[in-house]
Amino acid sequence: MDSIDVFMQVPTSISAYLEQELDKRFNVLKLWTVPNKTQFIKDNSSSIRAIVGHGGAGADAELIDSLPNLEIISSFSVGTDKIDLKKCKEKGIRVTNTPDVLTDDVADIAIGLALAVMRRLCESDRYVRSGQWKKGNYKLTTKFTGKTVGIIGLGRIGKAVAKRAEAFSCPIAYFSRTEKPELKYKYYPTVVELASNCDVLVVACPLTEETRHIINREVIDALGPKGVLINIGRGHHVDEPELVSALLEGRLGGAGLDVYQNEPEVPEQLFGLENMVLLPHAGSGTTETRNAMADLVIGNLEAHFLNKPLLTPVV
Amino acid sequence: MADGNHSEPPTVLVLRRSPTIALLEPIVSQKFNLLKAWDSPLPQDQFLTTHARSVQALLSSVGGLPITAQILHLLPSLKFIATTSAGIDHVDSAECRRRGVAVANAAKAFAEDAADMAVGLFIDVMRKMSASDRYVGDGLWATRGNYPLGSKIGGKKVGIVGLGNIGLEVAKRLEAFGCSVLYNSRSEKLSLSYQFYSNVCELATASDALIICCALTEQTHHMINREVLSALGREGVIINVGRGAIIDEKEMVEYLVRGEIGGAGLDVFENEPDVPKELYALDNVVLSPHQAVATHEAIVALGEVVTGNLEAFFSNKPLLSPAVIN
Repeated sequence: MDSIDVFMQVPTSISAYLEQELDKRFNVLKLWTVPNKTQFIKDNSSSIRAIVGHGGAGADAELIDSLPNLEIISSFSVGTDKIDLKKCKEKGIRVTNTPDVLTDDVADIAIGLALAVMRRLCESDRYVRSGQWKKGNYKLTTKFTGKTVGIIGLGRIGKAVAKRAEAFSCPIAYFSRTEKPELKYKYYPTVVELASNCDVLVVACPLTEETRHIINREVIDALGPKGVLINIGRGHHVDEPELVSALLEGRLGGAGLDVYQNEPEVPEQLFGLENMVLLPHAGSGTTETRNAMADLVIGNLEAHFLNKPLLTPVV
Repeated sequence: MADGNHSEPPTVLVLRRSPTIALLEPIVSQKFNLLKAWDSPLPQDQFLTTHARSVQALLSSVGGLPITAQILHLLPSLKFIATTSAGIDHVDSAECRRRGVAVANAAKAFAEDAADMAVGLFIDVMRKMSASDRYVGDGLWATRGNYPLGSKIGGKKVGIVGLGNIGLEVAKRLEAFGCSVLYNSRSEKLSLSYQFYSNVCELATASDALIICCALTEQTHHMINREVLSALGREGVIINVGRGAIIDEKEMVEYLVRGEIGGAGLDVFENEPDVPKELYALDNVVLSPHQAVATHEAIVALGEVVTGNLEAFFSNKPLLSPAVIN
């Protein structure tokens, strides 16, 4: 298989293991290593049969159209919002992602963010490191146990967040495309109603045209000056400028973010706010999980080129 | 009592106006007459001899004075001490036992808050939350690229040291994260399915992380020593929401500096508010200013538990949360 050209957009810094395993099996064309990316794609366009993308870099219609022999896109992520799935369906191009293996890590981060924001873990770590504890105690914070957790999207990740929050005696409420009566959680038919009725709102749904800016000014105001927003979905789920002004004006109690509109850029006005925790898209960021994700990417590519059933197809 | 007169509320002695006592004053003084030693110009010993000879109950806070044998000697009528903390290491419990003084702690009020902090610190250390939040806030994500990967929590074996009120709440939470719960405690709890280890060293050998939730006593002082830290190992993580002195702090700092344990989340220290400055340079350590139970809700709950215990004492009913005195 090392004669097969695979176009790789996942730099070594995201997964050296993935790069290493791909190198063993394929001829890997590494986009991040070349200065002139457009030329590089042109020069190799007819030989590329597979793309390996990630949460931040997929394949839009233009790229897909420029690669006449593209057969499969294997994404190092569960989200496929950066891939033009409609185009892939039309052209018979397969798409795979990495579900399940990252569910636990992402759910762990959601709860970690809620605890960190409400109990001011990061802020009070700064308080100690800067010597302020010698001058006086840190102030009282807000208890997490027993608070109502509202989840947008009750898929694998949403359900895993709910399971963890239940161990903290948190009542669970949710908004989803369809109600799930088999679950004993409280369903709200709109996001605004969910936001009005919960203390911590977690975004755990896929990014689609319908869910873009699902967290808008109305939702933020409904969540309110004591409410906490946790975003473990995609940056574009949130109207970021609205979020920033709500936080600066005190209309929202706090936020824990793992994703942003234009990563790795983060609105600077959020730096230094005591009711914020900002993570660098680390939801699946453990050695164990990234290796498991890489194994899935490799497994899917191998299955395809050996004419076997794909492991985790999306298209 | 004459009709129309309400009976005199019982008197409760308080020695120092610690931050916790200041928060509780408005709640507790609704039902009790607080005798405040700090309000008097008299030196404490004289105040007690003059005004506190018939006092039966004392409200004690960890941020205030230790209740020593000398103080107890000056309170011949004392029969009950209500503390505002889970730990009673600041009370001379041997002397209390000798004198027939009952002690109630307040663990029920905030076991959940303490467990939330323990789990929060554990997630923070494993997933490098505070460190990467600093990284983003310093503008480094855009310039230096991704932050190093953390360690998966699911499937890890977590050893809880002390399976009391707080330890049990921690265990319940960790199970939902897919952790295996192991523990060491004064006695095995046969009704639970968690694996018991009769000594902390064996627990550490079997664990990926240790969470300290026990009381500080003569037996637990420096219980987490060099042997235990070595048994925990290079990848091991230690979380402490108990008391600083349960860990041999000097040893732990050396282990962390040398990279011989994987990381630590610490809410308590041997000599608060002093924190060993070597820890400031370490990204795998999360530091917290003794705030495991410092939430608004905990103070309200604390007021209820303290008031409840005092009411129970004064009406000869069983205490809500008697402390176990060994």
